[in-house]
Amino acid sequence: MLDQFRTTRRGLMKAGGYLTVAFSLSGWIPSGAAAQDAELPGDLADNPMLNSWIAINEDGTVTLKIGKVELGQGTKTSAAQIAADELYIDMDRLEVISGDTWVVPNEGTTAGSGSAPNCFPAVQAASAEVRGMLLEMAAEQLGQPADQLTIENGTITAGDGSETTYWDLVSGGEFEREASGNAALMPIEEQRYIGQPIPRLDLPAKIIGRPAYVQDIRAENMAHGKIVRPPTYDATLESVDTSVAEGMPGVIAVVRDGSFLGVIAERDGQALAAANALAENASWNVPEGNLPGNDGIFDWLQAEATDSTEYVNTGSPSGGGAKTMEATYYRPYHMHGSIGTSAAVAQMGDDGVMTIQNASQSVFGTGQSIAAMLGMEPSNVHMQHIDGSGCYGHNMADDAAADAALLARALPGRPVRLQYTREQEHKWEPYGSAMVMNIRANVDDEGNVLDWHYNNWSTGHSTRPSGGDPGQLLSARYLEEPFEQPPGRDWGPSSYGAGRNAEAKYVFPHQTMTVNFTPKMPLRVSATRGLGAFANVFAIESFMDELASDAGVDPLEYRLRFLEDERARAVLMKTAEEFGWDDWEPQRGRGRGIAFAQYKNYAAITAIALEVQVNQRNGRVSVVRATAANDSGHMVNPDNIANQIEGGLIQSLSWALKEEVRFDDTQVLSNDWASYPILTFNEVPNIDVHLINSPGQPYLGTGETSQGPTVGALANAITNATGVRYRRLPFLPSRISDGLRG
Amino acid sequence: MVAFRLNGENVDVDVPENTTLLEMLSLDLNEYGPKFGCGLSQCGACTVLVDGEPVVSCETDATAVTGRSVETLSALNDGDTAGRLQQAFIDEQAAQCGYCTSGIIMRAQALLDQNPNPSESEVRTALNDNLCRCGSQARVIRAVMRAAG
Ligand code: FES
Ligand code: FES
Repeated sequence: MLDQFRTTRRGLMKAGGYLTVAFSLSGWIPSGAAAQDAELPGDLADNPMLNSWIAINEDGTVTLKIGKVELGQGTKTSAAQIAADELYIDMDRLEVISGDTWVVPNEGTTAGSGSAPNCFPAVQAASAEVRGMLLEMAAEQLGQPADQLTIENGTITAGDGSETTYWDLVSGGEFEREASGNAALMPIEEQRYIGQPIPRLDLPAKIIGRPAYVQDIRAENMAHGKIVRPPTYDATLESVDTSVAEGMPGVIAVVRDGSFLGVIAERDGQALAAANALAENASWNVPEGNLPGNDGIFDWLQAEATDSTEYVNTGSPSGGGAKTMEATYYRPYHMHGSIGTSAAVAQMGDDGVMTIQNASQSVFGTGQSIAAMLGMEPSNVHMQHIDGSGCYGHNMADDAAADAALLARALPGRPVRLQYTREQEHKWEPYGSAMVMNIRANVDDEGNVLDWHYNNWSTGHSTRPSGGDPGQLLSARYLEEPFEQPPGRDWGPSSYGAGRNAEAKYVFPHQTMTVNFTPKMPLRVSATRGLGAFANVFAIESFMDELASDAGVDPLEYRLRFLEDERARAVLMKTAEEFGWDDWEPQRGRGRGIAFAQYKNYAAITAIALEVQVNQRNGRVSVVRATAANDSGHMVNPDNIANQIEGGLIQSLSWALKEEVRFDDTQVLSNDWASYPILTFNEVPNIDVHLINSPGQPYLGTGETSQGPTVGALANAITNATGVRYRRLPFLPSRISDGLRG
Repeated sequence: MVAFRLNGENVDVDVPENTTLLEMLSLDLNEYGPKFGCGLSQCGACTVLVDGEPVVSCETDATAVTGRSVETLSALNDGDTAGRLQQAFIDEQAAQCGYCTSGIIMRAQALLDQNPNPSESEVRTALNDNLCRCGSQARVIRAVMRAAG
């Protein structure tokens, strides 16, 4: 699939081999269907046609088409498990196609731990309904009542021994019918795949070195592009002498459009050399002194973020209490920091279609934005998702798609591959926003919270190009006729941006939560794993420990005083038990910490306990061990869930211990892994994960749920080890040492 | 012309001046294991073995391997059958996106070639220059220990 660059609708359908229309099953109504159709679950509501999800192929295979994409989180495998169960087939009969805008249902963006709650129930309901239709068809063909039929791996057998198969029944037909939502699901006890740790379907190819990534595409006659970025966000290109670059070996074309500058060559290395030559011969107008700098960003936020919304105000004010406690916490900008720089391959076909193979999380919306940027009909921009390097949110995958298209437009007929340099990825990606969090609480004379007031200050948490606005594509802002970047935006319940997890899950007599927002964006920002949740949970879980400590109460016991939700309590207690919280013996320089959050306050629940060692001489924090417990609802694939918990935990430790995007008053200074270090093998703890299954409960996504509890547990463990409370991330050795010296 | 042994076969490749080993392997020889991550010798995604030693191919000149033996990820499997270390990664599901995995496996293979029974801390130290952003490290360590055991 990767080697063959597919450009036409026709070719694509042939390659898939599933789109044939011999007859239509549109008139078929499942028996027992209620007069009123049920509400369709998840993404089935927006994509009700059954044939947009499932095709039964003549060759004895089944194609599952999903709009969510594989990001390394195992979504394709989990979706296949569900479909195989509900269709009563073995998994090896299934082929999963995802993220091709001409083929799959539009499931929006793959983000926010949303595949489990939105895609999985849709796949399940669609599969169950298709199976029901097949049974009815078999009953008619075999002349036997449907409830006397059994299915095994696509073969339907009647009581009298007569049989037929899915492939015979359908033979070239499609389920061109809207789902009713009334099909009965397979009983949980009969499920063969759901709930099992099925190995990821995509991993073997990746582990034996087969082409698997968008970065691996080697299309026939492919050319290679590179972009020359301005020195800073608001620099403009005054002039460029392109002659040196144009005379270099292999160079096909220099592409300039306003301040957008790029080059296409026969080879990747030649394109890079030419891009460097272009950069040397370009002169830019660079405005200086308009950024607050990483040391000034927190004051800047509190001064500028004045768009205040009180989202929560529950209970009634106590009017006082025994005392008031208050603390302020700080989270710097973080990078997504994908290990592979973003890449895409685009081709302007002679049929007028721009085909873009890319790793965007929002192929549909980003395709529309790119079409608008190029002045093309959206239907003529064909986006195909191909797995990329892990992104953890909106990284530069969408920009790579757009930039590849800008280059490909200048070289019609040839596929153009673009992969960014490390410096470009580091300096230009949209970061996770810096934030300030303040909590003030009145407590009674036993230390119990009476009033809890939460405020945070933030810039935006999503500037995805998923809404069709070309101004969200980086390069579109630099074109001769530029598209303006829309102002940053925030949003409230239920999912929130800056306010995600800012409401404490604990039950207090009086609680308020206010987000103070600014649409300005000194640094480019967008969705980064968990959005505001990482910082908000850091603040809430740190402050809970501060309150517990002031009250002289064990932090676990203190949390349980205010935590009512039974599933949340179970997760927190499971973590404590597996960690050995009650038997833990204090040692010099060692500390333990625990923290909890329910992602978005309604999704997956995670609690984490950590043990740390703090070197008193140099302030280095080592995480000795980590224990996690999680409830992700009805588990589809426990090993995928564990993998996400572990990965999120390690990434969150990396953010909290090491990471801060550095910038001065003019530009970003974190431009490689030396200036923006992340956690390495020597610094990663062993992790003990415990999963609580909740059969029959909704599927809950796990991808982002461990970010917040991890940083909370870490902050609390460091305080436990040192006696000092650290409220500013990251916990660099220098800052720990400063605290130890008092 | 660069003449060397690639995964046990003699190859001759005509590459332009200043071609990196990574580019030659990727573009001219269609090796999909080594990946571009940084081009700065900072992440290890492009790691291959040259005469059995781990080398970051992104900043190695293609001509530097003349007359030498280069091994990439695909040297470890037999057709579609994963090799022992690769299988250990599959058994432990020791990857998320897997972009870093090729470089890590090559570095781990070099370690196991020299030290068939490494301790966990030897594994960590050997892999410490390879970055993984997905946080697969704990599983990777288990996978390497499994292959060693
Ligand atoms: S790509 Fe070679 S070390 Fe990063
Ligand atoms: S598994 Fe994604 S970078 Fe390592």
